[in-house]
Amino acid sequence: MSLFAQLASLTVQAGNGAHHSDAQHAAQHAAQHAAQQAVNWSEHLPALQIALPLLAAPLCVLLRRARLAWGLAMLVSAGALAISLTLLGRVLALGEGGAISYHLGGWQPPWGIEYRIDALNAFVLVIVTGISTVVMAATPRSLESELPRERHYLYYAAYLLCMTGLAGITITGDAFNIFVFLEISSLSAYALISMGRTRRAVTSAYQYLVMGTIGGTFLLLGIGLLYMVTGTLNIADLSERLALVGANRTVLVALACIVAGVSIKLALFPLHVWLPNAYTYAPAVVTAFLAATATKVAYYVLVRFVFSVFGTPLAFDELHLDALLLPLAILAMFGASLVAIYQADVKRMLAWSSVAQIGYMVLGLALANESGLTGGLVHLFNHALMKSGLFLVMACFALRLGSTRLEDLAGVGHRMPLTFGAFVLGGLSLIGVPMTAGFVSKWYLVRGALEAGMWPLAAAILLSSLLAVAYIWRVVEVAWFREPATGDLRRAPLSILVPAWILLLGTLYFGLHTSFTVGTASAAARLLLGGTP
Amino acid sequence: MIEPGLYNYWLCVILMMTGLYVVMAKGNLVKKVIGLNLFQVSVIMLYVTMGKVEGGTAPIVVEGAPDTIYSNPLPHVLMLTAIVVGVATTALALSFVVRIHEDYGTIEEGDIAAMEEGR
Repeated sequence: MSLFAQLASLTVQAGNGAHHSDAQHAAQHAAQHAAQQAVNWSEHLPALQIALPLLAAPLCVLLRRARLAWGLAMLVSAGALAISLTLLGRVLALGEGGAISYHLGGWQPPWGIEYRIDALNAFVLVIVTGISTVVMAATPRSLESELPRERHYLYYAAYLLCMTGLAGITITGDAFNIFVFLEISSLSAYALISMGRTRRAVTSAYQYLVMGTIGGTFLLLGIGLLYMVTGTLNIADLSERLALVGANRTVLVALACIVAGVSIKLALFPLHVWLPNAYTYAPAVVTAFLAATATKVAYYVLVRFVFSVFGTPLAFDELHLDALLLPLAILAMFGASLVAIYQADVKRMLAWSSVAQIGYMVLGLALANESGLTGGLVHLFNHALMKSGLFLVMACFALRLGSTRLEDLAGVGHRMPLTFGAFVLGGLSLIGVPMTAGFVSKWYLVRGALEAGMWPLAAAILLSSLLAVAYIWRVVEVAWFREPATGDLRRAPLSILVPAWILLLGTLYFGLHTSFTVGTASAAARLLLGGTP
Repeated sequence: MIEPGLYNYWLCVILMMTGLYVVMAKGNLVKKVIGLNLFQVSVIMLYVTMGKVEGGTAPIVVEGAPDTIYSNPLPHVLMLTAIVVGVATTALALSFVVRIHEDYGTIEEGDIAAMEEGR
């Protein structure tokens, strides 16, 4: 169940192999074993996805030199991306409802730990590893101004651990494993946030730690209650047995604990208090990474528990989860957008906008129909692209202007046109202008609301988009129409600008070519609504 | 009133609420960490309690006694991991408190907030 147990089971397996070969068959067996080992690498991709970054993290600490550690982290990150793309390709090739099941250490699923990859988590894995790789490319240049160079290797180690945790939550098919990986990713995320330049970074990290631990412990509590009722921790097994148990009080409390715990990590509206501070005071690249991955993975966990474990009949027909999540989502959409309009710091404004965008995703979940859920999942992908792109633009400003405060951005549109152009592109996508990715996700959300017969909800989605126009326009106005400060400003370094443009051009691309995002997301939505995974 | 078998669960709930209360109500950052610990320990106790089988012995196979009742070892094993997580969280939280004390000269939440607003 734990990483230790996983490692132990791997060694046990290796031990069994050795034990098996009797004296007379030793040579023969060894040869067979070697042959098996040689072919098996591609079968073991799910394990490698986790093991590679996990092992690379301590190596980064041993390497010490910033350059070397970065090189290793970059390599591993890109490798993880390649693996997750391969896995996604394989899952999609299996056709509708197909899944890869990987048994860690060869132990059969209900007893051993299973990594189970279907259309949904293959998609999320690509986001986590992809964003991680792109942000990693921008990291060294941006980090130089925020962290002394001799401590960079620690940053890369924590970064890789965080990626391991996030990918682990996504890939695993075991409920307790989710908790363990959640804590790995959270602990490293707290450390990453505390590396910010100001002393506020540490207080923000502390605040996040307290809330995050409460969230994680609630999740643990919920999983424990589920285990009490069903006697299993495997997600596929859980859903089968829960359907037989029905809605008794223990199941109800388990659902409440899990939803509350995950909502803290997700920063769902009343539980979002940690997010604006953490995102504002963390180093620029950390924000770009976490904003695009941490909350998204939490959303994935919520979707997985609500649809795969509890199932729609239990969660929506008997326990009426939508009655709780819909109002909260709407409050997030409007409340957080309104707060964003009044922020004096653009980075903080984008953080508040993240809270609002999480509202859209949760709205898609609460609608619990195919279009709505597709919209939520597509928005997960699109928002990851645009927010990490926008936060990388903030990294450029922080580097060149030394600040991301609105008043310091006066005239920056003329002084750094390429950088600010990227901001405008991301802003348009955030608003949901047609031909950008943001439009696609809102289109599906509106369709989902109409299919559910809730037209006021559709109107609310459109109205809250107007609030996004307001907060993006404030920045555009200051940056383009205010008198620029005098003095020459150097262009933002290409190593940050290019990753930012890649992500933001990505939002444009996925706004026009929707077959990949919508295709995968709707396949995942059908899978989730169809009942058991 | 309280069934004897549920005694432990009541204690878990009491411990849990105490922990949550301390986290929320106390302004001292170290006390908050203590509250967090209480909260985590209560969940660990819950898991250990649910692994207990009445009349059960340690889950080591007793040769020649097929009717032996064993306790469920799985929740205990899970909690080993949870304890490790708790230790790591506490260590990290306390190291943050040390750094906050270096930067602000206080570990009272109210004082820190006042210093930030006063800037």
